[in-house]
Amino acid sequence: MGKRLKGRLIFGGSAEGSALKSDAPLGLFGHLDPRTGVYREAGHPLDRKPVKGRILVFPRAKGSTVGSYILYGLARSGHAPAAMILAECDTIVAVGAIISGIPTVDQVDISRIPDGATVKVRGKEVIVESHQRLRQARRFLHHG
Amino acid sequence: MKLSGAGAAKAMEILTALGRIHGARGMVEVGSVQVSGVSYNNIGEHGLAFLEEWAGMGSRAVVNATMNPGGADRRLWKSLGFSQGFIRKQERVIAALEGLGIKPTLTCTPYHVGAAPKLGEHVAWAESSAVCFANSVLGARTNREGGPSAIAAALTSMTPRHTLHTDEGRLPTRIVEVRCAVGTSADAGTLGYLIGRLVASDRGGGIPYLMGVEPPAGLECLAWLKALGAGMAASGSVGLFHLDGVTPEALAHGRKLAAAAKRNSVITSLAEGRRALNCGKGRIDLVAVGCPHASPEDLERITGLLNGRKARIPFWIFTAEDVRRRAEAEGTAAALKKSGAILVSDTCMVVAPLKELGIMTVATDSAKAAFYLPSHHGASVYFGSLERNVEAAVRGVWVSA
Repeated sequence: MGKRLKGRLIFGGSAEGSALKSDAPLGLFGHLDPRTGVYREAGHPLDRKPVKGRILVFPRAKGSTVGSYILYGLARSGHAPAAMILAECDTIVAVGAIISGIPTVDQVDISRIPDGATVKVRGKEVIVESHQRLRQARRFLHHG
Repeated sequence: MKLSGAGAAKAMEILTALGRIHGARGMVEVGSVQVSGVSYNNIGEHGLAFLEEWAGMGSRAVVNATMNPGGADRRLWKSLGFSQGFIRKQERVIAALEGLGIKPTLTCTPYHVGAAPKLGEHVAWAESSAVCFANSVLGARTNREGGPSAIAAALTSMTPRHTLHTDEGRLPTRIVEVRCAVGTSADAGTLGYLIGRLVASDRGGGIPYLMGVEPPAGLECLAWLKALGAGMAASGSVGLFHLDGVTPEALAHGRKLAAAAKRNSVITSLAEGRRALNCGKGRIDLVAVGCPHASPEDLERITGLLNGRKARIPFWIFTAEDVRRRAEAEGTAAALKKSGAILVSDTCMVVAPLKELGIMTVATDSAKAAFYLPSHHGASVYFGSLERNVEAAVRGVWVSA
């Protein structure tokens, strides 16, 4: 069993996937392409990375209020993240999550979720597969 | 009250989540709603798809709900150079919102077209300049809503009770003492621009209590207050200001209100703001005033300043369709037309697709527009008083002060 973190429910649901993590705030409008799901912002940790199917982990959003519709666009084009985990969710992300049906939790200590970790979201509960187990799994794969 | 349809259920879901995020104490009934996110240029294909889906759920507004400006003048679009493709999309946005029971007023100044809330009335308004005006000048109570949260309020007549809906959420965060002349509305906008940045790090984006300054008497008073609020709502995220001896809550509670402020600042000059906002270069493509939308009094002032002279370059005055119709009935519109000025409705310079219209350099008296045009449209902006803008229109060039 991995680490269990409890957050505040923004939009309920279950999801599982690998964490795509940014320690920098995410700009939705103008950076996240709703047709391809690829994030573009020079110098940003997520630059040129696709968000589709990932558990998107970030501190907070920044920028225009039209950002809610970007999340909706992602859901329509089939490129939405599987879930979102934030330190602090604002109105723009909350509305976007609800109208797009993306499970979302905030008030989570995101420093405890490493990039690439396998994460399960169950309502307001976040389960992070432990590093230890990942390491063991990799060792097993590499060395049989 | 009867709420029906999946649309209203979706609305409640949004409002409940927002209430939870903001620690709201339940919901409060609202008297009116102003919806933003109407211009297709802003919301794009996905915004349109969302509104059409919501409209298809069969719920309608249960309170008086009005619309922000869209991306084009519905009457004059062709002669102003808008493309048919854009108009088709814009009309679909408006149709979807009308399907949700929202009236196509298409103005950022609902208070000029019969939707002015009363003192202490709770409303749910989006459009930052209107929020600031409603809270500060009219003494109504609204948070800074976004497009979807305002629609949700329209479908349910409810909004989460927090922040600017509560007494404690309206206490000032900072006393701002102004020690310089703030004469014109453009000056008031510049002051607003400086204050918005100054208080941005205060609680909730800041609630300034202004001292040492007052609006001019007469026709320009409301324009001055509008410009002040629009400026601070644009450069920062101010939803309410108190003006000593002028705004209703400052009048009612006086310096007792000011005593709640934890911080103090002094503004001694507008020069830095003027430098930041007035960055125009080269030939002016368009002189544009009416951001926020011009009032009937503004139109009278412009007519007086033109004094029968002709504009040599395009001169657009943005206003509500309702105000334009009144101006047509009263003859102001005819005088303006004779001078070559065009009354443009249903849209504004911030949300219209300026690039598509080939507009790269704009002269304006609006600090809000001067703040947004470079970042939103890549436009270069000359910024100064209404008087200087009228001179620019008549002479065809920007005359340095």
